Amino acid sequence: MTLEEIIKPENRIYGKTPLLTETPMHYCPGCSHGVVHKLIAEVIEEMNIAEKTVGIAPVGCAVFAYNYIDIDWQEAAHGRAPALATAVKRLNPDNCVFTYQGDGDLAAIGTAETIHACNRGENIAIFFINNGIYGMTGGQMAPTTLEGMKTATCPNGRDVSMEGYPLKISDMLAILDGTCYVTRQAVHTAAATARTKKAIRKALENSMNSKGTSVVEIVSTCNSGWKMTPHQANKWMVENMFPAYPLGDLKDR
Amino acid sequence: MAKNRGAVVIDIERCKGCQLCKEACPSKVLSMNIEANSKGYHYAYMEVTEACTGCASCAYVCPDACITVYRVKND
Repeated sequence: MTLEEIIKPENRIYGKTPLLTETPMHYCPGCSHGVVHKLIAEVIEEMNIAEKTVGIAPVGCAVFAYNYIDIDWQEAAHGRAPALATAVKRLNPDNCVFTYQGDGDLAAIGTAETIHACNRGENIAIFFINNGIYGMTGGQMAPTTLEGMKTATCPNGRDVSMEGYPLKISDMLAILDGTCYVTRQAVHTAAATARTKKAIRKALENSMNSKGTSVVEIVSTCNSGWKMTPHQANKWMVENMFPAYPLGDLKDR
Repeated sequence: MAKNRGAVVIDIERCKGCQLCKEACPSKVLSMNIEANSKGYHYAYMEVTEACTGCASCAYVCPDACITVYRVKND
């Protein structure tokens, strides 16, 4: 059988969803953001809720997320995405509202907004990209930077006697009564992306069904910030990030 | 013989040559082209075309959604 015989419209099983725009993403080659954007777009497409979904873009690498998924977006000030999402969801209770935030945005400058939105049980989904670094501004130490992990601002590795411990914010959010679903996933393999996609779907369904706040943490790589190739970064993540941030559901009710 | 035959089409201009598809492919089908696209990235292509089973692992992990997968059942 030749390639021409296989490459026919009726044999197409997977490809880019039309909800993902033609604009090339500005992310570095191999960045996990692209995979997560794609999964969110696919889930919105499959749930057929593009017309009533509002995303809240963060500050950080994903600041231009509104250029890539063809839905309505709001751009929040740094860390304030859950507060803005609260407003959008309360004013438009029939909408599906999600925030898309990195670790610097969600777990540093936006800690208060995140915790209080979750504690109020706002009916929003929070997608949290945890790569342990401030990627956009040049790879500085973030709250989730691992002990001993080298970054631009801790070139000898994070010293817990000086900078404290990595912040396990998803575990903190899981004990709040307002959250209905807290899970930690990754997108480094095909199987992991399938599990993450399921988690994203569940979080968006929870937002639609007003069940409370859902948090989907995606343990990710920042290969340029970590100064590795994309494949090395995935391996490093499995060996170093997963022991500190183990995958799986933290809460599901 | 594998149950399915597959093929992938790469959006050459969208590809950033990150090689994650190449690493994800269980049948070692993909390689990076010696030619580069207009941005200078060495894009992925099917080197061992007959080994592709259309499992779509490459497309699932592609951060830039540049892979379209086709699959047919082997008779």
